[in-house]
Amino acid sequence: MNLTLRIWRQTGPDDPGRMVSYQVPDVSPDMSFLEMLDVLNDRLTLDGEAPVAFDHDCREGICGACGMVINGVAHGPERATTACQLHMRHFRDGQTIDIEPWRAKAFPVIKDLVVDRSAFDRIVAAGGYITAPTGAAPEAHAQLVRKSDADAAFESAACIGCGACVAACPNGSAMLFTAAKVSHLSLLPQGQPERSTRVVGMIDAHDAEGFGGCTNIGECTAVCPKGIPLTSIGRLNRDYLKATRDRDGAPAT
Amino acid sequence: MNSPRPGQRGEFAPTSTSGHHGPQGEVETAPPNSSGGLDLFTLGEPIADTKAPDGPIETRWQRRRFDAKLVNPANRRKLTVIVVGTGLAGGSAAATLGEQGYRVRSYCYQDSPRRAHSIAAQGGINAAKNYRNDGDSIQRLFYDTVKGGDFRSRESNVRRLAEVSVEIIDQAVAQGVPFAREYGGLLDTRSFGGAQVQRTFYARGQTGQQLLLGAYQALERQIGQGRVEMHSRHEMLELIVVDGRARGIVVRDLVTGEIGCDFADAVVLASGGYGNVFYLSTNAKGCNVTATWRAHRKGALFANPCYTQIHPTCIPVSGDHQSKLTLMSESLRNDGRVWVPKAAGDDRPPRQIPEDERDYFLERMYPSFGNLVPRDIASRAAKNVCDSGRGVGQTGLGVYLDFADAIDRLGRSTIADRYGNLFEMYQRITGEDPYEVPMRIYPAVHYTMGGLWVDYDLQATIPGLFVIGEANFSDHGANRLGASALMQGLADGYFVLPSTIADYLAAGPFEALTDEHPEVVAARDDVTDRLSRLLACQGDRTVDSFHRELGQIMWDHCGMERTDAGLRKALAEIRALRDQFWQRVKVPGDGEGLNQALEKAGRVADFFELAELMCVDALHRTESAGGHFRAESQTPEGEAQRDDDHFSYVAAWEFTGADQPPVLHREDLHFEYVHPTQRSYK
Ligand SMILES: Cc1cc2nc3c(=O)[nH]c(=O)nc-3n(C[C@H](O)[C@H](O)[C@H](O)COP(=O)(O)OP(=O)(O)OC[C@H]3O[C@@H](n4cnc5c(N)ncnc54)[C@H](O)[C@@H]3O)c2cc1C
Ligand code: SF4
Ligand code: FES
Repeated sequence: MNLTLRIWRQTGPDDPGRMVSYQVPDVSPDMSFLEMLDVLNDRLTLDGEAPVAFDHDCREGICGACGMVINGVAHGPERATTACQLHMRHFRDGQTIDIEPWRAKAFPVIKDLVVDRSAFDRIVAAGGYITAPTGAAPEAHAQLVRKSDADAAFESAACIGCGACVAACPNGSAMLFTAAKVSHLSLLPQGQPERSTRVVGMIDAHDAEGFGGCTNIGECTAVCPKGIPLTSIGRLNRDYLKATRDRDGAPAT
Repeated sequence: MNSPRPGQRGEFAPTSTSGHHGPQGEVETAPPNSSGGLDLFTLGEPIADTKAPDGPIETRWQRRRFDAKLVNPANRRKLTVIVVGTGLAGGSAAATLGEQGYRVRSYCYQDSPRRAHSIAAQGGINAAKNYRNDGDSIQRLFYDTVKGGDFRSRESNVRRLAEVSVEIIDQAVAQGVPFAREYGGLLDTRSFGGAQVQRTFYARGQTGQQLLLGAYQALERQIGQGRVEMHSRHEMLELIVVDGRARGIVVRDLVTGEIGCDFADAVVLASGGYGNVFYLSTNAKGCNVTATWRAHRKGALFANPCYTQIHPTCIPVSGDHQSKLTLMSESLRNDGRVWVPKAAGDDRPPRQIPEDERDYFLERMYPSFGNLVPRDIASRAAKNVCDSGRGVGQTGLGVYLDFADAIDRLGRSTIADRYGNLFEMYQRITGEDPYEVPMRIYPAVHYTMGGLWVDYDLQATIPGLFVIGEANFSDHGANRLGASALMQGLADGYFVLPSTIADYLAAGPFEALTDEHPEVVAARDDVTDRLSRLLACQGDRTVDSFHRELGQIMWDHCGMERTDAGLRKALAEIRALRDQFWQRVKVPGDGEGLNQALEKAGRVADFFELAELMCVDALHRTESAGGHFRAESQTPEGEAQRDDDHFSYVAAWEFTGADQPPVLHREDLHFEYVHPTQRSYK
């Protein structure tokens, strides 16, 4: 099939950027979306033009490196599918496809479709862990964990840190990402001692990084390739409320 | 078959006598070959692992730790360690060294340490916990690993790995890694890769992700506390060696393009494996050999480069655009039946091919193990039926993995419970529904057992250079067992390196370095020269086109089956293609900012050099062992035939200069506890 791509080109943070059109002929339906971009890049290279920069690594939907807004939807039209796992059979001959980077205040564009997501790492550094220095661990079976808790923790821990939730959110909020980590750790017995400091630290970092607040719109879960549910944000809110109440002391009666 | 019998020396066996005399009066040069009389290698002094304690194997690790020097906590703050890589090995090492109080600087090429390729590991991690009471023990894991490696690994190392395995699970659980559990709340385990016990811990099909997030979170905690300084989107392009010690690295900031130097008292490489030399593999696109290859060029020996693992169940190539291959978990072979049409060229849809016109070739050839034969055997069998013209799919490079019988027997919902997410992934990629039509699978490059040579302390032949995880050669011999790479990466990073590196650092801190030191200037100049050469070519071919072609040569001649003639042909082709690369590659743009083509070009340039060494290693090892199958060395049944009399050693290669034959140093292997036997799966 033949496609028209309109791709966001931006040489660096200081360039205002613009959409540029490209024709890509002979696209095979078996190609992945990124392979289609590879073909375009090969041609641009040989024509002496700058290839389109985009992040990617595993190309199997697990590393979280890839991410682009495809026809207005973060990661494109297939539900629960990262851009690297999206295949061209979901597009039709003659179609025009718009490709843009994640757009959010906290994710500045580096070049073309590549953005800086290091704010996510700083949110994790602010408490998204269980303190367990190497060597100090008790025997693994010393503490039992209910299967349902372990399974629920796993569901939240499946977040790949791609940032689609932020890109989709009208407020540019990273609450789904933050809530996924808070849920993962607070569902496990090992995570209890730091439950309050964790949520407060992470939320403070989240706000300091310039992510917006959550107003429960739900665009985030709709695009999340790992199906992290909106209910995790509810859990985060409860933990946060409890933690700040404990911290600030119970109101005087 | 008119190839040498097992035990007979191939003409390239390093003890052949056609060369000139060297330091020991015994250095040989290979005879001239068809491509114009090139000397392939020379034989150097043997090498020994001087750090491994002898005596009873059960207490070796304990004794080594006791004998190793310690660094007192106040001094640790004055010692700096660079860790390149944030996968399971590097992430766990950097976090642990930070916790111990060292100053750590950590590097990765991705935008976040959490994206290291370890994230993609699916199946699980082995540990000798014996929670099932099914007869597992440290001794059995040790035994299985030595045997699985086809008796080409060190007993001392493997024994330590098995011991440490149990601590890894404790550590990961304490960090909140959500392993699968049973209803009673205990950890669940499953069997894997033919082991007779259930010792594999897992978190659905995302074990690598969950273990890596555990290490990443520990690392982020150290970063938050200022003990580890993280440099994402930085690529190491050179090792700095001063006064014979590894003292730093030259890195390129991938965003600004700036070339900088970083100095430390020790350098740890945890940069992963080199499977991408084949272009198509299950590795992430950025996986590369650059960090270890640069160290090799600076004097670190590279061990057993020809030992690569090819995984039988991957989604086949769908066309020229293919950029990587996706693994389908080995567990599918528990219920799927592998077959091809009996007649070559039969292109009817699979469901229209009647039962008696199908060849269930694994069941036919290996009646007792059937579809569950080990990885190397399943891979080679699939290749052979495709080579005979009976492969399926558009390219003819595929075999069916059919679930129809299992669905009839167990019902669709049971199969969906077991493999639902894999079926979905398959359908997402191929557009075909495996509940209705059989999957098509084909083998793909998956893991590299070879890597930089290290001693028992995980120190390379350059003092102060430590190598951990898939980047070293240490524990898997000629073949790695399923679920053992995660175990080794974490054993190295959490437990082994943090103990052994102290023994080296106790002599530090070393002389402070500046950017003006002549060795530093030289290393940085090398990097800038190389980058300018790559940018200056401005030829007519893309980096990927060269990488693809190199990969095809390696796949054809240094892949699942290797022959003397094929390897020689490959060597000639690689050299010719490498020359072309340096004349005709086109790297757009400049080195000033983010330039992904330039990053790729540097990596492919190093793959060219590695590819040659792999072929030389494969050529010299005229036996078959594990993942290295020499067609000339097989049993009458067509299985790999080792030659213990001549090849029971680690081949550690020394770099002597571009286009110079490498020098082979042999480390003899001794088996006191596990006695070499021939594998059989009939
Ligand atoms: C699809 C797949 C499934 C697998 N499943 C399993 C399994 O179930 N069980 C199992 O035991 N094993 C499995 N393996 C193998 C296992 O995942 C790897 O061997 C292991 O994760 C390697 O870990 P590592 O820490 O050594 O390296 P990696 O995780 O590859 O990390 C390498 C790090 O080095 C950095 N790096 C590399 N080069 C440079 C450079 N030049 N400069 C700066 N940084 C650099 C990277 O950024 C990265 O951080 C699987 C492998 C694949 C491909
Ligand atoms: S919550 Fe979902 S969309 Fe957001 S970073 Fe995690 S995986 Fe990506
Ligand atoms: S490239 Fe790894 S998730 Fe898409």
